[in-house]
Amino acid sequence: MSDFPSTLQYTAEHEWIDSAEPATVGITQTAADALGDIVYLELPTVGSEVAAGAVVGEVESTKSVSELFSPVSGTVVEVNQSAVDEPSVVNSDPYGAGWLFKVDVTSAGTLLSTDEYAALATD
Amino acid sequence: MTETPTPTPAPEVVLSPLHDEHVALGATMTPFAGWQMPLRYAGDLAEHQAVRTAAGLFDLSHMGELHVDGPGAGAALDHALVGNLSALAIGRARYTMIVQPDGGILDDLIVYRLGDEAYLVVANASNVAVVRDALAVRLEGFDASLTDRSLETALIAVQGPRAAEIVTGLTDPAHVDAVRDVRYYAGMPATVGGVEALVARTGYTGEDGFELFVPADAAPGLWRDLLAAGTPLGLVPAGLSARDSLRLEAGMPLYGNELDTTTAPHDAGLGRVVKLDKTGPDGEPLPFVGREALAARAHATPSRVLVGLVGSGRRAARHGYEVVASTAADAVTVGRVTSGAPSPTLGTPIAMAYVTPEVSAVGTELAVDVRGRREPVRVVALPFYTRA
Repeated sequence: MSDFPSTLQYTAEHEWIDSAEPATVGITQTAADALGDIVYLELPTVGSEVAAGAVVGEVESTKSVSELFSPVSGTVVEVNQSAVDEPSVVNSDPYGAGWLFKVDVTSAGTLLSTDEYAALATD
Repeated sequence: MTETPTPTPAPEVVLSPLHDEHVALGATMTPFAGWQMPLRYAGDLAEHQAVRTAAGLFDLSHMGELHVDGPGAGAALDHALVGNLSALAIGRARYTMIVQPDGGILDDLIVYRLGDEAYLVVANASNVAVVRDALAVRLEGFDASLTDRSLETALIAVQGPRAAEIVTGLTDPAHVDAVRDVRYYAGMPATVGGVEALVARTGYTGEDGFELFVPADAAPGLWRDLLAAGTPLGLVPAGLSARDSLRLEAGMPLYGNELDTTTAPHDAGLGRVVKLDKTGPDGEPLPFVGREALAARAHATPSRVLVGLVGSGRRAARHGYEVVASTAADAVTVGRVTSGAPSPTLGTPIAMAYVTPEVSAVGTELAVDVRGRREPVRVVALPFYTRA
């Protein structure tokens, strides 16, 4: 079973967010495991405005593809180019080196606590 | 006191005889056609690459094994299936299909001739009941019996360039030469790992390899022996995810994707499996099920053609996506994707799709609608991958 870092918040779409400014967003181990080996990431561009709950990218494996939702509204200030170049890091270290993008947050969407997400993810 | 009628039990999930092995190996399991089967072990890509470069070990125990036996077995299968099975040599196998009277495909099959009066029909897990029921009806009037041994039979595949080395390494010395030399689409009884097996040189990966039909209770021991013997040579257990990406690269159709009851063999480019000219014992044309419809299809201009598509971008088309004439926003729909994925071997998106004949020529530039964005693709000849 996956562990869910208690320092993070989550979405029902299996993103995590570290709210320390600028906020860092990634997908959870549960999502990465369900996809299988990730081979392609499409991330929002730096400077673009994202809205909480909106599709901002895609995460693709050989087996399937999943849309990436932004947990918050704001401006993208950085994307993880090394993850784009080597997407397997999202499988191996989804909460660390496999982070996806950073946002200057203007407003948060509906976020789940670790316990709430753990209940959903292990359902 | 009256007996309470026993309620009809809900359909239960069937566990492979190798289920405990998969769990012990840490497999991610997935429901598949009523079974719980391994989706992946360590990872899809590593499993895919291992099969291309060394070997993979697959549990295919969910496949259906239907035995047709008796003096009339060959004639019965000639009537029931599109192929000419009475002409099949003992020890050989043939890829064939069972179709509806209208020519629509009920399933694609591999039929092994085990003896003069003994055939093994291997059906897809999702279609075992359909095939069994259709065969039962179509065998009426023939001196042939039908036995479903799907649950008592395990099927283990060893696929990849090192497969022959691994399988012969465990084969009884009396059978080693014969197993090493068994031809593609042939099979023979042999003792492997101390287990009486039907050893067939068939597969669904585009690589050399073997499929071993064994009694279910002997499967775990053989699985462990193959794993132990193969691991030093690079063999890894491989799941359904790798199986799907491997067969897609090899341009092999999957029932439910490329093939279904609305599809005739000719639509899928598989008209060659339909033997319109097979004859009965009296030398007269044999009126097999679907013959009239397929004879008409054989000479008709097809309304759609199965093609390969390769993308130049990164985003892969998936099952059900529309194929359009170009990347222009107003481009018309010209077909539909049946299977698609990022190809681990080619490094580009690949797909199979049915398209209208006008746009089916190799080299034609088209596009696929990938979740609202049109990605350029080019028609290529199948398969995408051929082993060296």
